[in-house]
Amino acid sequence: MSESAEQPPEPSAPPRSQIETELRILRRHCPDAILEVTEQPARDMHWIEIRKERLHRVASLLRDTGELGYQMLADLFGVDYPEREDRFSVLYQLYSPGRNQRLYLRVRVEEGEAVPTLREVFPNADWAEREVWDLFGIPFDGHPDLRRILNPDDWEGHPLRKDYPLVGRRPVLLFNSVKDVL
Amino acid sequence: MGQLAPTTPDLGQQVGQQGFLLAKLDDLVNQVRANSIWPLTFGLACCAIEMMATVSPRYDLARFGAEVFRASPRQADLMIVAGRVSQKMGPVLRQIYDQMPEPKWVIAMGACSSCGGVFNNYAIIQGVDEVVPVDVYVPGCPPRPESLIYGILQLRKKIMNQGKLNRAAR
Repeated sequence: MSESAEQPPEPSAPPRSQIETELRILRRHCPDAILEVTEQPARDMHWIEIRKERLHRVASLLRDTGELGYQMLADLFGVDYPEREDRFSVLYQLYSPGRNQRLYLRVRVEEGEAVPTLREVFPNADWAEREVWDLFGIPFDGHPDLRRILNPDDWEGHPLRKDYPLVGRRPVLLFNSVKDVL
Repeated sequence: MGQLAPTTPDLGQQVGQQGFLLAKLDDLVNQVRANSIWPLTFGLACCAIEMMATVSPRYDLARFGAEVFRASPRQADLMIVAGRVSQKMGPVLRQIYDQMPEPKWVIAMGACSSCGGVFNNYAIIQGVDEVVPVDVYVPGCPPRPESLIYGILQLRKKIMNQGKLNRAAR
């Protein structure tokens, strides 16, 4: 390769990613699922953005493959980026207790677009998806009981969206006249 | 500590000297109500911990007559709202208050039940007096047990100074 006597040291190979096995298995079994991979190895955080149609398949793969073993859905939450066209991301934090390894899956949707439910793969996604529906207004396809969980049932609006004011829109008084209270 | 002695001087003198006493029925009833006030367990959040500490042996609320904290509102006459009240909890709070028989009193314990506390947002009722009438507000986050005891003593003073037997006319 180089003809001079002193060769510059060979550039070392890029460090192996911590989630290399996961990416290899996902690319083999479900090649069109992965859209983007983000990593911050210094914080031990890795995100895989996937297509929402493949969510169920990817989560089942990660859970059921022996060498990966992501048996626990640690967290399910939404984020609102109102300046983007795909306004919402739904994030799933998976945890493998056997390997002590965490992984984030990210699905991006726009307003009104539904995400397939993960209830069949991880049962604890049931209430977490209800919370995301309550606070963001992201519907989940296939969820049998999608209703509000933190706010009262007749609440209007989705409070954790960026365009919802902190103090709320509804008058705080529960009763129409002082006579009702006293 | 004048609160522990009868407020009407006649009562003290007469009981001490003669073995019988004459008193207004109003005073006697108020004395009885003030000295055996039974609270309702309504600890919602962090203030509940301080309420528990108040009934612990160190601060001992039972020596003021609050011997038992009743779990059922039908048997209680004081509701200590200890903690923040969310919008979803508001109607529940009102229903429990309605289930208490007269005469009943409410202490708003802590900043959250007095005025919303640190939570100035859509989810928390900004002061429980939007839902139930409050007699005594005890500020603090959380109030120390001594503060809550002081609040209960102020409530006793309020009860003993009530004019009429029929509270609804106040």
